[in-house]
Amino acid sequence: MNARRLIQLALLVAVLIYPFLTLESPVYQRLGALVLLAAIGASAWNIVGGYAGQVSVGHAVFFGIGAYSAVVAFVHADLPPIVGAPLGMLLSVGVAAVIGVPTLRLSGHYFSMATIAVGELVRVLSSTSDWLGGAQGLGGPAMPRTVFDLSFMSAMPYYYIFLAVLAFLLGMTWWIERGRMGFYLRAIKDSERAARSLGVSAGRYKLYAYMLSAAFTSLAGSLYLCMFGFIDPESGFGILLSVKMVVMAALGGAGQLFGPLVGALILVPVEELSNSLLGGEGAGITFVVYGAIIVIIARFLPAGLLSLFERRPTAEKPAVSTANPASGHAD
Amino acid sequence: MGMTLVQVVVSGLLLGAVYSLFSSGLTLIWGMMNVVNFAHGDFVMLGMYTAVVVWTALGGGPWASVPVAAILIATLGIVSYFLLVRHIMRGPMLAQILGTFGLALFLRYGALWIFGANFKTLPDDLVGHSFIVGGIRFEGARVLAGLVGLAVTLLLHFILTRTSVGSRMLAVSEDAVAAQLMGIRPQRMQALAWGLAGAATGIAGALIATFFYTSPTVGETLSIVAFVTVALGGFGSVLGALVAGLLIGVIESLSAFLIGPVYKDVIVYTVFVLVLWFRPQGLMGKA
Repeated sequence: MNARRLIQLALLVAVLIYPFLTLESPVYQRLGALVLLAAIGASAWNIVGGYAGQVSVGHAVFFGIGAYSAVVAFVHADLPPIVGAPLGMLLSVGVAAVIGVPTLRLSGHYFSMATIAVGELVRVLSSTSDWLGGAQGLGGPAMPRTVFDLSFMSAMPYYYIFLAVLAFLLGMTWWIERGRMGFYLRAIKDSERAARSLGVSAGRYKLYAYMLSAAFTSLAGSLYLCMFGFIDPESGFGILLSVKMVVMAALGGAGQLFGPLVGALILVPVEELSNSLLGGEGAGITFVVYGAIIVIIARFLPAGLLSLFERRPTAEKPAVSTANPASGHAD
Repeated sequence: MGMTLVQVVVSGLLLGAVYSLFSSGLTLIWGMMNVVNFAHGDFVMLGMYTAVVVWTALGGGPWASVPVAAILIATLGIVSYFLLVRHIMRGPMLAQILGTFGLALFLRYGALWIFGANFKTLPDDLVGHSFIVGGIRFEGARVLAGLVGLAVTLLLHFILTRTSVGSRMLAVSEDAVAAQLMGIRPQRMQALAWGLAGAATGIAGALIATFFYTSPTVGETLSIVAFVTVALGGFGSVLGALVAGLLIGVIESLSAFLIGPVYKDVIVYTVFVLVLWFRPQGLMGKA
């Protein structure tokens, strides 16, 4: 027990001082920030995809809304991009309600297919809108005017901003997980019919999870824009973006608090490494590797990497302990 | 205007027949084992590349590439079934979706790696020149694709409804355990379904390649077209897929003609969402 606490403490300290450990190598600082940003997106997906079991493959819609809201605040209103973030979150919650009310009634694969179609729909529409810069996209401030533009040369400020957001998101997820809503979501995931028959208003809770998830995915999009300063339909609404969120969560463990972070810790370096090793052609091979990883997880590790470390139920009390969601977290 | 509209509808129907063909594979797999193949469009894409390779390497037209693509992609389907699908079918839903989605990415970017990102086209006159009947212009390649698409889809329907192997497949899809007690091997029937679906996508791909750009990412759009068709026709119904495919083809060419080519996908995706919303069992499916 003590060793466990010690390891947790060491990890926490390492995360907090990471940018200072990598002062000499900006590449690693940037990598740290990218991992955290990806973890924000994947953790946001995890709320609806992991906990509620509604596998959205169209979360890029919300990421894109966040990114475009931020850049539109700059381009059309001359405001710092981050001012667009709360607007993007609100808009995303609204869009999630519009998409979610009809599609969340669909079960399983139908919901996934519908989210793919909606994602593609939004991507095509965004590329035809001149106000959003069409297929070329829009750029943020070229030079930082004030500190509020959140445009920094070093990756260190981004690292801490992303860390704070991720900590807040995971804290909130943890709180939900422990509370009434967490139990409801897990019940819905296990058997929606059973959950309904016990009085859980499944539709409403799925929608809450979807809207919450959308809000934070949108925030990830706004933060992306602040760091990269540019967005176009492919990088904002592309299906691969949606896929990455799903895959990171699934690799670590969907429906587990730290699952998406673990997935991001593995996949972001893989992606950066293959991009830098292979140059422009690397993007293709990166996704070949991605595809292979996904197939292997689905085939051999359907519950994700973290499931390897779970304490197995002992022979004396079979199955019961896995059915009780609280026991998995008891220290 | 009137004649042009007829022209648009006719080319929509011809394209739609090919949509019917590859979508019938998706609906067959769904009907047999409740699995959505998210790599379905990418199977078609590989059929298209098969046609391109058969032409560039051997100088063979669709007469050569259609059978080759049918055999190759059928094999791919059967291999996918035994190595992947058979195992993920029993797993959680996330694993099912991820499994075939991962396969899709693997195939799509594998093709990008091997063939490059540039579009490939086959020569325009590979399937003979266009001809005019009753004021309507017919392109050889599209007519061939439409007729073969229609014929093979009907053949598939015939196999499933009128032959003993079709009855055995139906038995497995109704109740695999009961079928097994009757001496039918469910896995063999399911593998056969993946083989038939693969053959259908391979043939469709080799046909589409004769009049359409072949690119690694074309499968993404084609997957969605297949989802729309299957959802509209009713999951599990080949005849439904046939009617829905023709309908989608017409809707697509009409919206490209009346609103603009950019919006044809927008209209089709919107139809999809509306169908899922109002009639998730499809036009011909049972409630």
